[in-house]
Amino acid sequence: MSSPPETGSLQGLKFRERFPLLALIIERLLLSLVLLLAVSVLIFGGVEALPGDFATTYLGQSATPQAVANIRSELGLDRPVVTRYFDWLGGVVQGDFGTSWASRNSVSEQVGNRLGNSLFLAGFAALIAVPLAIGLGMLSVHYRNRMPDRIINIISLAAISLPEFFIGYLLILYFAVNFGIATFPATVFDGMSFMDRLKAIALPTATLVLVVLAHMMRMTRAAILSVMSSAYMETAELKGLSGWRAIVKHAAPNALAPIINVVALNLAYLVVGVVVVEVVFVYPGMGQYMVDAVTVRDMPVVQACGLIFAAVYIFLNMLADILAIIANPRLRHPR
Amino acid sequence: MRARDIPITAWIGMFGIGLAFFCAVFAPLIAPYGETDVVGAVWQEADAQFFFGLDNLGRDILSRLIYGARTTLFVALAATVISFSLGILLSFIAAVSGGLIDTVFSRFNDLMMSIPTLIFALVVLAVLPQHLAVLILVMAILDSTRVYRLGRAVALDVAVMEFVEAARLRGEGTGWIIFREILPNTLSPLLAEFGLRFAFSILFLSTLSFLGLGIQPPTADWGGMVKDNKDGIIFGISAALVPGTAIAALAVCVNLVVDWLLKRTSSLKGGRGDA
Repeated sequence: MSSPPETGSLQGLKFRERFPLLALIIERLLLSLVLLLAVSVLIFGGVEALPGDFATTYLGQSATPQAVANIRSELGLDRPVVTRYFDWLGGVVQGDFGTSWASRNSVSEQVGNRLGNSLFLAGFAALIAVPLAIGLGMLSVHYRNRMPDRIINIISLAAISLPEFFIGYLLILYFAVNFGIATFPATVFDGMSFMDRLKAIALPTATLVLVVLAHMMRMTRAAILSVMSSAYMETAELKGLSGWRAIVKHAAPNALAPIINVVALNLAYLVVGVVVVEVVFVYPGMGQYMVDAVTVRDMPVVQACGLIFAAVYIFLNMLADILAIIANPRLRHPR
Repeated sequence: MRARDIPITAWIGMFGIGLAFFCAVFAPLIAPYGETDVVGAVWQEADAQFFFGLDNLGRDILSRLIYGARTTLFVALAATVISFSLGILLSFIAAVSGGLIDTVFSRFNDLMMSIPTLIFALVVLAVLPQHLAVLILVMAILDSTRVYRLGRAVALDVAVMEFVEAARLRGEGTGWIIFREILPNTLSPLLAEFGLRFAFSILFLSTLSFLGLGIQPPTADWGGMVKDNKDGIIFGISAALVPGTAIAALAVCVNLVVDWLLKRTSSLKGGRGDA
């Protein structure tokens, strides 16, 4: 933290100089907001600019021009793009994502139910994966270039190359079908007890953990290793600190900022991994909803899901940057 | 560099990639049955005649696997080559020109990267017609954002060197500086990145096909084969795992080679070390 300036000169100082940390954080928040707005334009505008039309897809190639015009006006597609964009954005800000073209239901209602399910699944996977990855990363650094490190390295290299659905089906085949100790499909519904819910998401969670674990661990290892090669670590070694003590007390705190970054990056990746895993396990979340909508070209649903996924992704990246600013003294006092 | 300096893991990787490409090129010659021929009962067990058994429609899985190598490798390779050419060209232009061009390109790239690749692909594929060329282009453009980021970082390191300065003073144009000065000096890290992107493309294509948005049936492709046979899993039929294993094995092989390339280049400028 900066030392408090003398009270007499407070008026003369700008906000930026008085609270450099706060100013940086606010700057980062505003940047994310601008980014989110730009993404909304990209998702809406991109969809409009690309060729392809729901009305003709929906009615088939042989539809009469009159029928196409009818359905276009019914869905409001005959109004100018800019008007529709601001209508859409105005609704989104108030939590209204419009109505689905395919089912004529409210998109917000579906999203409300499913977003909770997805976040529950991803959050639970993160809860297991993050401590495990950081612990394994530190273990790997401790034994670097020796047998445990090599084994972890080879296994993680293999794990990075496995597609999510392959891990998912492998787990289903062994744990649900052959041994019968887990449930498939992972159905959850309202009023389900917490323990039942946990049991249902055991396999999807395990899949997600395996998917992000290797990435996170390798990046943690790299982050700590780069700190390990600095001069003060040599000093720690020369003054006779034990290997573990040097890692935990000296290396880890300085590797905090890059590790936070790694974690947030992988949590963002988790959000995407959820899409495939939900389809594999027939889990009623956002990912399944989006994939179904893409198949029938139900644009309001696709746009809503796209925007929400992007928002979560941007939010996590922003969180990482802000935490890194707080964790790194050099960023707290730029120049 | 002599052959015995290459570690065994890299040899395994190269062998696997070679095998896959061999299957792809000579598919009609080595496949025992046709790509879409129904040769027996649904989900028939593996035996001497059908090495991996039959799939959900009674087609030979081994034959489809061999034909699938063709589709999967071709699409993934085409997407990687296009994304690489695009990403490298734009990033080098940005790094060499600097100023407004650099700012505009980089900000737009940041914007593209702020949406997860799979989500972006889903949104775009929801609108575009289902066609192979469209699929390759979408994959390539989305992936080129990652290439751009690395390319710009690597090129910026080289662009400030004396020999580039000398070339500028000689009066060489942007084209010369990009292809004669910067490209040869950044080839090593870029080669490793090419492998990484190729592995990613294979996984990405398989994921899209698995979700039913990639290669359309009846063309065989590894991700689509998993989708076709996934319902068998509940009955303990592991047909879906065969193409899944093929995808994983190929990706592992590519990563093994990349790992070796990265270790070799990590001492050079722009190498990415362990990351």
